[in-house]
Amino acid sequence: MSANFIALKSLLTKEVNRFTRIWLQTLVPPAITMSLYFVIFGTLIGERIGLMSGFSYMEFIVPGLIMMSVITNSYSNVASSFFSSKFQRNVEELLVAPVPTWIIIAGYVGGGVARGLLVGCIVTLVSLFFVQLNIANIGVLIISVLFTSILFSLGGLINAILAKTYDDISIIPNFVLTPLTYLGGVFYSLSLLPEFWQGVSQVNPIVYMINTFRYGFLGVTDIPLVYSFSIIFIFVAALYSLAHWMISRGIGLRS
Amino acid sequence: MNALSIKGLTKTYRGGFEALKGIDLTVKAGDFYALLGPNGAGKSTTIGIISSLVNKTQGQVEVFGFNIDTHLVQAKQHIGLVPQEFNFNQFETVLQVVMNQAGYYGVPRKLALERAQKYLTELDLWHKKDARSRELSGGMKRRLMIARALMHQPKLLILDEPTAGVDIELRRSMWTFLESLNEQGVTIILTTHYLEEAESLCRNIGIIDNGVIVQDTSMKALLSQLNVETFVLDITPVAQDVCLEGFDSRLIDDHTLEVDVEQGHELNTLFSQLTNHGISVLSMRNKANRLEELFLRLVNQTA
Repeated sequence: MSANFIALKSLLTKEVNRFTRIWLQTLVPPAITMSLYFVIFGTLIGERIGLMSGFSYMEFIVPGLIMMSVITNSYSNVASSFFSSKFQRNVEELLVAPVPTWIIIAGYVGGGVARGLLVGCIVTLVSLFFVQLNIANIGVLIISVLFTSILFSLGGLINAILAKTYDDISIIPNFVLTPLTYLGGVFYSLSLLPEFWQGVSQVNPIVYMINTFRYGFLGVTDIPLVYSFSIIFIFVAALYSLAHWMISRGIGLRS
Repeated sequence: MNALSIKGLTKTYRGGFEALKGIDLTVKAGDFYALLGPNGAGKSTTIGIISSLVNKTQGQVEVFGFNIDTHLVQAKQHIGLVPQEFNFNQFETVLQVVMNQAGYYGVPRKLALERAQKYLTELDLWHKKDARSRELSGGMKRRLMIARALMHQPKLLILDEPTAGVDIELRRSMWTFLESLNEQGVTIILTTHYLEEAESLCRNIGIIDNGVIVQDTSMKALLSQLNVETFVLDITPVAQDVCLEGFDSRLIDDHTLEVDVEQGHELNTLFSQLTNHGISVLSMRNKANRLEELFLRLVNQTA
Protein backbone atom coordinates (compact mmCIF):
# COMPACT_ATOMS: atom_id res chain seq x y z
CA MET A 1 0.00 0.00 0.00
CA SER A 2 1.54 3.35 -0.95
CA ALA A 3 2.33 5.95 1.68
CA ASN A 4 -0.03 8.44 0.04
CA PHE A 5 -2.90 5.96 0.09
CA ILE A 6 -2.31 5.26 3.79
CA ALA A 7 -2.22 8.99 4.51
CA LEU A 8 -5.47 9.54 2.60
CA LYS A 9 -7.14 6.63 4.36
CA SER A 10 -6.05 7.95 7.76
CA LEU A 11 -7.33 11.44 7.07
CA LEU A 12 -10.58 10.22 5.56
CA THR A 13 -11.23 7.83 8.45
CA LYS A 14 -10.54 10.61 10.90
CA GLU A 15 -12.98 12.92 9.12
CA VAL A 16 -15.75 10.33 8.91
CA ASN A 17 -15.22 9.39 12.58
CA ARG A 18 -15.52 13.06 13.48
CA PHE A 19 -18.99 13.61 12.10
CA THR A 20 -20.33 10.18 13.03
CA ARG A 21 -19.10 10.64 16.62
CA ILE A 22 -21.31 13.74 16.88
CA TRP A 23 -24.20 12.27 14.85
CA LEU A 24 -26.74 14.02 17.02
CA GLN A 25 -25.39 17.36 15.78
CA THR A 26 -24.56 16.34 12.22
CA LEU A 27 -27.03 13.73 10.99
CA VAL A 28 -30.25 14.15 12.95
CA PRO A 29 -30.99 17.90 12.52
CA PRO A 30 -31.17 17.78 8.68
CA ALA A 31 -33.64 14.90 8.89
CA ILE A 32 -35.86 16.86 11.28
CA THR A 33 -35.62 20.11 9.29
CA MET A 34 -36.43 18.40 6.01
CA SER A 35 -39.34 16.51 7.58
CA LEU A 36 -40.79 19.91 8.53
CA TYR A 37 -40.30 21.16 4.95
CA PHE A 38 -42.05 18.06 3.64
CA VAL A 39 -44.97 18.49 6.04
CA ILE A 40 -45.40 22.24 5.66
CA PHE A 41 -44.46 22.96 2.05
CA GLY A 42 -45.17 19.57 0.56
CA THR A 43 -48.29 18.39 2.31
CA LEU A 44 -50.03 21.43 3.80
CA ILE A 45 -49.23 24.16 1.27
CA GLY A 46 -48.32 21.93 -1.66
CA GLU A 47 -51.79 20.45 -1.98
CA ARG A 48 -53.17 23.93 -2.69
CA ILE A 49 -50.48 24.72 -5.30
CA GLY A 50 -51.31 21.93 -7.70
CA LEU A 51 -48.98 20.63 -10.39
CA MET A 52 -45.50 22.06 -11.06
CA SER A 53 -43.83 21.10 -14.36
CA GLY A 54 -46.37 18.29 -14.57
CA PHE A 55 -45.62 16.82 -11.12
CA SER A 56 -47.21 17.18 -7.71
CA TYR A 57 -45.62 19.96 -5.70
CA MET A 58 -44.24 17.42 -3.25
CA GLU A 59 -42.57 15.42 -6.05
CA PHE A 60 -41.19 18.66 -7.46
CA ILE A 61 -39.57 19.98 -4.26
CA VAL A 62 -38.12 16.71 -2.92
CA PRO A 63 -35.03 16.67 -5.22
CA GLY A 64 -34.32 20.32 -4.41
CA LEU A 65 -34.62 19.73 -0.68
CA ILE A 66 -32.32 16.70 -0.85
CA MET A 67 -29.80 18.75 -2.79
CA MET A 68 -30.15 21.63 -0.34
CA SER A 69 -29.23 19.37 2.57
CA VAL A 70 -26.31 17.87 0.62
CA ILE A 71 -24.97 21.35 -0.19
CA THR A 72 -25.33 22.68 3.37
CA ASN A 73 -23.83 19.62 5.04
CA SER A 74 -20.92 19.18 2.63
CA TYR A 75 -19.98 22.82 3.06
CA SER A 76 -20.38 23.08 6.81
CA ASN A 77 -18.65 19.77 7.50
CA VAL A 78 -15.40 20.80 5.83
CA ALA A 79 -15.60 24.41 6.98
CA SER A 80 -16.04 23.50 10.64
CA SER A 81 -13.67 20.54 10.65
CA PHE A 82 -10.79 22.30 8.92
CA PHE A 83 -11.26 25.50 10.89
CA SER A 84 -11.34 23.56 14.18
CA SER A 85 -8.09 21.88 13.14
CA LYS A 86 -6.62 25.29 12.45
CA PHE A 87 -7.96 26.73 15.68
CA GLN A 88 -6.72 23.83 17.84
CA ARG A 89 -3.55 23.79 15.75
CA ASN A 90 -3.80 20.06 15.04
CA VAL A 91 -3.66 20.91 11.34
CA GLU A 92 0.07 21.13 12.13
CA GLU A 93 0.08 17.33 12.34
CA LEU A 94 -0.62 17.35 8.62
CA LEU A 95 1.62 20.26 7.74
CA VAL A 96 4.74 18.73 9.30
CA ALA A 97 4.07 15.34 7.71
CA PRO A 98 5.06 14.52 4.12
CA VAL A 99 1.42 14.62 3.02
CA PRO A 100 0.94 16.08 -0.48
CA THR A 101 -1.51 18.96 -0.78
CA TRP A 102 -3.87 16.97 -2.98
CA ILE A 103 -4.24 14.39 -0.21
CA ILE A 104 -5.08 17.05 2.35
CA ILE A 105 -7.76 18.35 -0.01
CA ALA A 106 -9.01 14.87 -0.89
CA GLY A 107 -9.19 13.86 2.78
CA TYR A 108 -11.19 16.85 3.92
CA VAL A 109 -13.37 17.00 0.81
CA GLY A 110 -13.92 13.24 1.10
CA GLY A 111 -15.20 13.78 4.64
CA GLY A 112 -17.53 16.53 3.43
CA VAL A 113 -18.82 14.38 0.57
CA ALA A 114 -19.36 11.43 2.93
CA ARG A 115 -21.46 13.56 5.27
CA GLY A 116 -23.28 15.32 2.43
CA LEU A 117 -24.22 12.05 0.77
CA LEU A 118 -25.13 10.34 4.04
CA VAL A 119 -27.43 13.22 4.95
CA GLY A 120 -28.79 13.16 1.37
CA CYS A 121 -29.64 9.46 1.80
CA ILE A 122 -31.29 10.10 5.18
CA VAL A 123 -33.39 12.93 3.76
CA THR A 124 -34.32 10.74 0.77
CA LEU A 125 -35.47 7.99 3.14
CA VAL A 126 -37.50 10.51 5.15
CA SER A 127 -39.10 11.81 1.94
CA LEU A 128 -40.34 8.31 1.16
CA PHE A 129 -42.82 8.71 4.03
CA PHE A 130 -44.39 11.59 2.09
CA VAL A 131 -44.02 10.74 -1.58
CA GLN A 132 -43.20 7.88 -3.88
CA LEU A 133 -39.94 8.70 -5.66
CA ASN A 134 -39.12 7.53 -9.16
CA ILE A 135 -35.68 7.75 -10.68
CA ALA A 136 -35.56 8.86 -14.30
CA ASN A 137 -31.80 8.71 -14.78
CA ILE A 138 -29.59 7.19 -12.08
CA GLY A 139 -26.35 8.25 -13.80
CA VAL A 140 -27.28 11.93 -13.91
CA LEU A 141 -28.54 11.68 -10.35
CA ILE A 142 -25.31 10.24 -8.96
CA ILE A 143 -22.92 12.44 -10.95
CA SER A 144 -24.81 15.63 -10.13
CA VAL A 145 -25.08 14.96 -6.39
CA LEU A 146 -21.48 13.74 -6.16
CA PHE A 147 -19.94 16.69 -7.95
CA THR A 148 -22.17 19.21 -6.20
CA SER A 149 -21.05 17.76 -2.90
CA ILE A 150 -17.40 17.96 -4.00
CA LEU A 151 -17.90 21.55 -5.15
CA PHE A 152 -19.37 22.73 -1.86
CA SER A 153 -16.86 20.76 0.20
CA LEU A 154 -14.14 22.63 -1.68
CA GLY A 155 -15.99 25.88 -0.97
CA GLY A 156 -16.10 25.02 2.74
CA LEU A 157 -12.40 24.23 2.70
CA ILE A 158 -11.49 27.57 1.13
CA ASN A 159 -13.74 29.36 3.61
CA ALA A 160 -11.99 27.58 6.51
CA ILE A 161 -8.52 28.35 5.14
CA LEU A 162 -9.33 32.04 5.02
CA ALA A 163 -11.35 32.17 8.25
CA LYS A 164 -9.80 33.75 11.31
CA THR A 165 -12.72 33.34 13.72
CA TYR A 166 -15.69 30.98 14.07
CA ASP A 167 -17.89 33.83 12.82
CA ASP A 168 -16.03 33.74 9.51
CA ILE A 169 -17.19 30.20 8.79
CA SER A 170 -20.85 31.04 9.33
CA ILE A 171 -20.96 34.20 7.21
CA ILE A 172 -20.86 32.47 3.83
CA PRO A 173 -23.44 29.77 4.67
CA ASN A 174 -25.83 32.30 6.21
CA PHE A 175 -25.47 35.22 3.85
CA VAL A 176 -24.52 33.59 0.55
CA LEU A 177 -25.31 29.89 0.49
CA THR A 178 -28.78 29.95 2.01
CA PRO A 179 -30.15 32.77 -0.21
CA LEU A 180 -28.62 31.22 -3.33
CA THR A 181 -30.12 27.84 -2.47
CA TYR A 182 -33.59 29.26 -1.81
CA LEU A 183 -33.38 31.27 -5.03
CA GLY A 184 -31.95 28.30 -6.91
CA GLY A 185 -35.28 26.79 -7.82
CA VAL A 186 -35.80 24.45 -4.88
CA PHE A 187 -39.41 25.54 -4.43
CA TYR A 188 -40.33 26.71 -7.93
CA SER A 189 -39.66 26.15 -11.59
CA LEU A 190 -37.59 28.85 -13.25
CA SER A 191 -40.15 28.99 -16.04
CA LEU A 192 -42.56 30.58 -13.55
CA LEU A 193 -40.29 33.60 -13.19
CA PRO A 194 -40.56 36.71 -15.39
CA GLU A 195 -37.96 36.74 -18.17
CA PHE A 196 -35.73 39.24 -16.38
CA TRP A 197 -35.50 37.13 -13.19
CA GLN A 198 -34.94 34.01 -15.28
CA GLY A 199 -31.87 35.77 -16.68
CA VAL A 200 -30.71 36.77 -13.21
CA SER A 201 -31.12 33.18 -12.01
CA GLN A 202 -28.66 32.03 -14.69
CA VAL A 203 -25.79 33.52 -12.65
CA ASN A 204 -26.73 31.43 -9.62
CA PRO A 205 -24.64 28.23 -9.86
CA ILE A 206 -27.00 26.36 -7.54
CA VAL A 207 -29.75 26.62 -10.15
CA TYR A 208 -27.75 24.28 -12.42
CA MET A 209 -27.12 21.75 -9.68
CA ILE A 210 -30.71 21.55 -8.52
CA ASN A 211 -32.01 21.31 -12.07
CA THR A 212 -29.61 18.54 -12.98
CA PHE A 213 -30.42 16.61 -9.83
CA ARG A 214 -34.14 17.09 -10.39
CA TYR A 215 -33.70 15.76 -13.90
CA GLY A 216 -32.26 12.59 -12.37
CA PHE A 217 -35.52 12.05 -10.47
CA LEU A 218 -38.19 13.57 -12.68
CA GLY A 219 -36.64 13.64 -16.15
CA VAL A 220 -37.43 17.36 -16.58
CA THR A 221 -35.13 20.36 -16.39
CA ASP A 222 -35.27 24.09 -17.07
CA ILE A 223 -31.66 24.13 -18.33
CA PRO A 224 -29.88 21.82 -20.82
CA LEU A 225 -27.88 19.12 -18.98
CA VAL A 226 -24.65 19.69 -20.92
CA TYR A 227 -24.70 23.31 -19.91
CA SER A 228 -25.37 22.45 -16.26
CA PHE A 229 -22.67 19.80 -16.04
CA SER A 230 -20.15 22.12 -17.70
CA ILE A 231 -20.84 24.79 -15.10
CA ILE A 232 -20.49 22.27 -12.24
CA PHE A 233 -17.21 20.84 -13.57
CA ILE A 234 -15.74 24.30 -14.23
CA PHE A 235 -16.55 25.38 -10.67
CA VAL A 236 -15.06 22.17 -9.23
CA ALA A 237 -11.85 22.65 -11.23
CA ALA A 238 -11.59 26.32 -10.28
CA LEU A 239 -12.19 25.78 -6.56
CA TYR A 240 -9.82 22.79 -6.45
CA SER A 241 -7.07 24.86 -8.09
CA LEU A 242 -7.66 27.70 -5.68
CA ALA A 243 -7.62 25.42 -2.60
CA HIS A 244 -4.44 23.69 -3.86
CA TRP A 245 -2.69 26.99 -4.44
CA MET A 246 -3.69 28.33 -1.03
CA ILE A 247 -2.58 25.26 0.92
CA SER A 248 0.68 24.93 -1.03
CA ARG A 249 1.49 28.57 -0.34
CA GLY A 250 0.48 28.17 3.29
CA ILE A 251 -2.11 30.94 3.07
CA GLY A 252 -3.96 31.10 6.38
CA LEU A 253 -1.88 28.19 7.65
CA ARG A 254 1.75 29.23 7.88
CA SER A 255 3.13 32.50 9.18
CA MET B 1 26.97 13.74 8.19
CA ASN B 2 24.98 16.73 9.34
CA ALA B 3 21.50 16.13 10.68
CA LEU B 4 20.72 19.79 10.22
CA SER B 5 22.45 22.50 8.31
CA ILE B 6 21.14 26.06 8.30
CA LYS B 7 22.75 28.85 6.29
CA GLY B 8 21.83 32.53 6.27
CA LEU B 9 18.32 31.90 7.54
CA THR B 10 16.19 35.00 7.86
CA LYS B 11 12.57 35.50 8.77
CA THR B 12 10.71 38.77 8.64
CA TYR B 13 7.09 38.55 9.69
CA ARG B 14 4.32 40.58 8.11
CA GLY B 15 4.49 43.91 9.87
CA GLY B 16 8.27 44.00 9.58
CA PHE B 17 9.36 42.14 12.72
CA GLU B 18 12.70 40.52 11.98
CA ALA B 19 12.68 37.27 13.96
CA LEU B 20 15.81 35.74 12.42
CA LYS B 21 18.66 37.84 11.10
CA GLY B 22 20.65 35.39 9.00
CA ILE B 23 21.51 32.51 11.29
CA ASP B 24 23.95 29.70 10.52
CA LEU B 25 23.69 26.48 12.48
CA THR B 26 24.98 22.95 12.08
CA VAL B 27 23.93 19.93 14.10
CA LYS B 28 25.83 16.71 13.53
CA ALA B 29 24.04 13.38 13.18
CA GLY B 30 23.73 11.67 16.56
CA ASP B 31 24.17 14.90 18.52
CA PHE B 32 22.11 16.00 21.50
CA TYR B 33 21.94 19.73 20.83
CA ALA B 34 20.50 22.47 23.01
CA LEU B 35 19.06 25.53 21.31
CA LEU B 36 18.63 28.12 24.02
CA GLY B 37 17.51 31.70 24.11
CA PRO B 38 15.20 34.05 25.97
CA ASN B 39 11.53 34.31 25.04
CA GLY B 40 11.09 35.82 21.58
CA ALA B 41 14.72 35.16 20.62
CA GLY B 42 13.80 33.17 17.51
CA LYS B 43 13.98 29.55 18.73
CA SER B 44 10.42 28.61 17.83
CA THR B 45 10.64 30.45 14.50
CA THR B 46 13.76 28.45 13.64
CA ILE B 47 12.03 25.20 14.60
CA GLY B 48 8.91 26.28 12.71
CA ILE B 49 10.93 26.82 9.53
CA ILE B 50 12.76 23.49 9.84
CA SER B 51 9.46 21.67 10.26
CA SER B 52 7.57 23.62 7.55
CA LEU B 53 5.20 25.43 9.88
CA VAL B 54 6.70 28.83 9.13
CA ASN B 55 7.71 30.16 5.72
CA LYS B 56 11.28 31.42 5.67
CA THR B 57 12.21 34.73 4.11
CA GLN B 58 15.70 33.75 2.95
CA GLY B 59 18.36 31.15 3.53
CA GLN B 60 18.89 27.45 3.23
CA VAL B 61 17.84 24.55 5.44
CA GLU B 62 18.98 20.98 4.91
CA VAL B 63 17.87 17.97 6.92
CA PHE B 64 20.17 14.99 6.49
CA GLY B 65 21.27 16.53 3.20
CA PHE B 66 17.74 17.16 1.91
CA ASN B 67 17.06 20.78 1.10
CA ILE B 68 13.59 21.81 2.27
CA ASP B 69 13.12 23.89 -0.89
CA THR B 70 13.80 21.07 -3.30
CA HIS B 71 13.30 17.82 -1.33
CA LEU B 72 10.70 18.77 1.26
CA VAL B 73 9.02 15.35 1.41
CA GLN B 74 12.31 13.54 2.12
CA ALA B 75 13.32 16.18 4.66
CA LYS B 76 9.96 15.90 6.45
CA GLN B 77 10.27 12.11 6.69
CA HIS B 78 13.37 12.53 8.86
CA ILE B 79 11.88 15.03 11.30
CA GLY B 80 9.81 14.35 14.40
CA LEU B 81 8.44 17.47 16.06
CA VAL B 82 7.31 17.95 19.64
CA PRO B 83 5.92 21.48 19.65
CA GLN B 84 5.70 23.77 22.62
CA GLU B 85 1.90 23.86 22.76
CA PHE B 86 -0.47 20.90 22.86
CA ASN B 87 -1.68 20.61 19.30
CA PHE B 88 -3.35 17.23 19.10
CA ASN B 89 -7.08 16.80 18.65
CA GLN B 90 -8.44 16.97 22.18
CA PHE B 91 -11.47 14.86 21.25
CA GLU B 92 -9.48 11.91 19.95
CA THR B 93 -8.25 9.07 22.10
CA VAL B 94 -4.56 8.67 22.85
CA LEU B 95 -4.35 5.75 20.44
CA GLN B 96 -6.14 7.66 17.67
CA VAL B 97 -3.74 10.59 18.03
CA VAL B 98 -0.64 8.44 17.51
CA MET B 99 -2.23 6.17 14.89
CA ASN B 100 -3.36 9.11 12.76
CA GLN B 101 0.09 10.62 12.86
CA ALA B 102 1.62 7.31 11.77
CA GLY B 103 -0.90 7.20 8.93
CA TYR B 104 0.11 10.65 7.70
CA TYR B 105 3.67 9.33 7.38
CA GLY B 106 2.47 6.30 5.44
CA VAL B 107 3.15 3.77 8.21
CA PRO B 108 0.96 0.69 7.62
CA ARG B 109 -1.65 0.10 10.32
CA LYS B 110 -0.19 -3.14 11.72
CA LEU B 111 3.26 -1.62 12.11
CA ALA B 112 1.76 1.58 13.50
CA LEU B 113 -0.09 -0.42 16.16
CA GLU B 114 3.15 -2.16 17.18
CA ARG B 115 4.94 1.18 17.45
CA ALA B 116 2.04 2.75 19.31
CA GLN B 117 2.21 -0.02 21.90
CA LYS B 118 6.01 0.31 22.14
CA TYR B 119 6.17 4.07 22.59
CA LEU B 120 3.03 4.45 24.68
CA THR B 121 4.31 1.70 26.98
CA GLU B 122 7.77 3.26 27.23
CA LEU B 123 6.18 6.60 28.05
CA ASP B 124 3.77 5.01 30.51
CA LEU B 125 0.66 5.86 28.53
CA TRP B 126 -0.48 2.49 27.18
CA HIS B 127 -3.03 2.08 29.97
CA LYS B 128 -4.54 5.39 28.82
CA LYS B 129 -4.76 4.45 25.15
CA ASP B 130 -8.56 4.61 25.05
CA ALA B 131 -8.83 7.81 27.11
CA ARG B 132 -9.73 11.05 25.34
CA SER B 133 -6.57 13.12 25.09
CA ARG B 134 -8.21 16.14 26.75
CA GLU B 135 -8.70 14.02 29.89
CA LEU B 136 -4.96 13.52 30.35
CA SER B 137 -2.86 15.40 32.88
CA GLY B 138 -0.34 17.99 31.67
CA GLY B 139 2.57 15.57 32.01
CA MET B 140 0.71 12.84 30.13
CA LYS B 141 -0.09 15.27 27.32
CA ARG B 142 3.61 16.13 27.02
CA ARG B 143 4.48 12.44 26.81
CA LEU B 144 1.74 11.87 24.25
CA MET B 145 3.31 14.53 22.05
CA ILE B 146 6.66 12.73 22.27
CA ALA B 147 5.07 9.37 21.43
CA ARG B 148 3.27 10.94 18.48
CA ALA B 149 6.49 12.45 17.13
CA LEU B 150 8.22 9.06 17.25
CA MET B 151 5.61 7.06 15.35
CA HIS B 152 7.47 7.32 12.04
CA GLN B 153 10.81 6.76 13.78
CA PRO B 154 12.46 10.03 12.74
CA LYS B 155 16.24 10.41 12.67
CA LEU B 156 15.95 13.98 13.94
CA LEU B 157 13.73 14.73 16.91
CA ILE B 158 13.05 18.39 17.68
CA LEU B 159 11.65 19.12 21.11
CA ASP B 160 10.42 22.62 21.85
CA GLU B 161 10.29 22.89 25.64
CA PRO B 162 9.13 19.32 26.18
CA THR B 163 9.27 19.44 29.98
CA ALA B 164 7.53 22.78 30.52
CA GLY B 165 5.17 22.47 33.47
CA VAL B 166 6.21 18.90 34.20
CA ASP B 167 7.04 17.84 37.78
CA ILE B 168 10.65 17.01 38.58
CA GLU B 169 10.17 13.25 38.88
CA LEU B 170 8.52 13.02 35.49
CA ARG B 171 11.08 15.40 34.01
CA ARG B 172 13.88 13.09 35.11
CA SER B 173 12.15 10.07 33.60
CA MET B 174 11.73 12.00 30.35
CA TRP B 175 15.47 12.82 30.41
CA THR B 176 16.25 9.11 30.74
CA PHE B 177 13.93 8.34 27.84
CA LEU B 178 15.49 11.02 25.63
CA GLU B 179 19.00 9.88 26.54
CA SER B 180 18.15 6.32 25.52
CA LEU B 181 16.70 7.58 22.22
CA ASN B 182 19.89 9.53 21.58
CA GLU B 183 21.98 6.43 22.38
CA GLN B 184 19.95 4.58 19.73
CA GLY B 185 21.17 7.14 17.17
CA VAL B 186 18.36 9.69 17.11
CA THR B 187 19.69 13.24 16.77
CA ILE B 188 17.92 15.47 19.26
CA ILE B 189 17.50 19.23 19.23
CA LEU B 190 16.12 20.54 22.49
CA THR B 191 14.92 23.96 23.48
CA THR B 192 14.25 24.50 27.14
CA HIS B 193 14.14 27.14 29.82
CA TYR B 194 15.43 24.63 32.38
CA LEU B 195 19.14 25.15 31.87
CA GLU B 196 20.16 22.32 34.15
CA GLU B 197 18.24 20.12 31.72
CA ALA B 198 20.32 21.35 28.79
CA GLU B 199 23.53 21.05 30.81
CA SER B 200 22.80 17.53 31.89
CA LEU B 201 21.55 16.20 28.52
CA CYS B 202 23.21 18.08 25.68
CA ARG B 203 26.70 17.80 24.23
CA ASN B 204 26.54 20.88 22.04
CA ILE B 205 24.74 24.15 22.44
CA GLY B 206 23.56 27.12 20.43
CA ILE B 207 22.38 30.30 22.07
CA ILE B 208 20.13 32.55 20.05
CA ASP B 209 19.18 36.08 21.00
CA ASN B 210 17.37 38.73 18.99
CA GLY B 211 17.44 36.50 15.94
CA VAL B 212 21.21 36.04 16.03
CA ILE B 213 23.26 33.02 17.13
CA VAL B 214 25.51 34.35 19.89
CA GLN B 215 27.15 31.00 20.74
CA ASP B 216 27.44 27.72 18.87
CA THR B 217 29.87 25.45 20.62
CA SER B 218 30.24 22.35 22.79
CA MET B 219 28.76 22.40 26.27
CA LYS B 220 32.22 21.75 27.72
CA ALA B 221 33.80 24.66 25.86
CA LEU B 222 30.99 26.96 26.85
CA LEU B 223 31.15 26.07 30.52
CA SER B 224 34.91 26.58 30.53
CA GLN B 225 34.22 30.23 29.63
CA LEU B 226 32.76 30.67 33.08
CA ASN B 227 35.70 32.25 34.92
CA VAL B 228 33.92 33.09 38.15
CA GLU B 229 31.60 30.83 40.11
CA THR B 230 29.62 32.00 43.10
CA PHE B 231 29.28 29.59 46.01
CA VAL B 232 26.85 29.86 48.89
CA LEU B 233 28.29 28.55 52.14
CA ASP B 234 26.26 27.62 55.20
CA ILE B 235 28.57 28.48 58.09
CA THR B 236 28.65 28.55 61.87
CA PRO B 237 27.24 31.90 63.01
CA VAL B 238 29.53 34.92 62.75
CA ALA B 239 29.00 38.40 64.13
CA GLN B 240 30.58 40.46 61.36
CA ASP B 241 31.71 40.20 57.74
CA VAL B 242 35.00 38.45 57.13
CA CYS B 243 37.79 39.52 54.80
CA LEU B 244 39.09 36.69 52.63
CA GLU B 245 42.28 37.37 50.73
CA GLY B 246 41.95 36.73 46.97
CA PHE B 247 38.17 36.18 47.15
CA ASP B 248 35.20 38.53 46.93
CA SER B 249 32.76 37.59 49.65
CA ARG B 250 29.52 38.88 51.15
CA LEU B 251 27.87 37.94 54.41
CA ILE B 252 24.22 37.48 53.57
CA ASP B 253 23.16 36.76 57.16
CA ASP B 254 24.96 35.54 60.27
CA HIS B 255 25.22 31.98 58.93
CA THR B 256 25.28 32.43 55.10
CA LEU B 257 28.32 33.58 53.19
CA GLU B 258 28.54 34.12 49.40
CA VAL B 259 31.98 33.79 47.85
CA ASP B 260 33.07 34.45 44.24
CA VAL B 261 35.78 32.00 43.18
CA GLU B 262 37.76 32.82 40.06
CA GLN B 263 38.95 30.07 37.75
CA GLY B 264 42.33 28.76 38.98
CA HIS B 265 41.75 29.63 42.62
CA GLU B 266 41.75 26.62 44.91
CA LEU B 267 38.90 26.03 47.26
CA ASN B 268 41.39 24.66 49.78
CA THR B 269 42.77 28.20 50.18
CA LEU B 270 39.28 29.46 50.85
CA PHE B 271 38.61 26.77 53.46
CA SER B 272 41.98 27.41 55.19
CA GLN B 273 41.19 31.11 55.50
CA LEU B 274 37.74 30.37 56.89
CA THR B 275 39.28 27.94 59.41
CA ASN B 276 41.77 30.63 60.45
CA HIS B 277 38.82 32.94 61.12
CA GLY B 278 37.29 30.21 63.28
CA ILE B 279 34.46 29.62 60.80
CA SER B 280 33.25 26.09 60.04
CA VAL B 281 31.55 25.33 56.73
CA LEU B 282 28.46 23.16 57.23
CA SER B 283 27.49 22.81 53.55
CA MET B 284 28.00 24.56 50.23
CA ARG B 285 26.30 24.85 46.85
CA ASN B 286 26.51 26.82 43.61
CA LYS B 287 24.50 30.03 43.77
CA ALA B 288 23.18 29.45 40.25
CA ASN B 289 23.43 26.76 37.63
CA ARG B 290 26.70 27.28 35.75
CA LEU B 291 25.00 27.32 32.38
CA GLU B 292 22.39 29.70 33.71
CA GLU B 293 25.10 32.17 34.73
CA LEU B 294 26.76 31.99 31.33
CA PHE B 295 23.46 32.23 29.54
CA LEU B 296 22.48 35.38 31.41
CA ARG B 297 25.89 36.88 30.79
CA LEU B 298 25.76 36.21 27.03
CA VAL B 299 22.21 37.40 26.66
CA ASN B 300 22.88 40.56 28.67
CA GLN B 301 25.93 41.28 26.52
CA THR B 302 23.80 41.37 23.36
CA ALA B 303 20.99 43.35 24.96
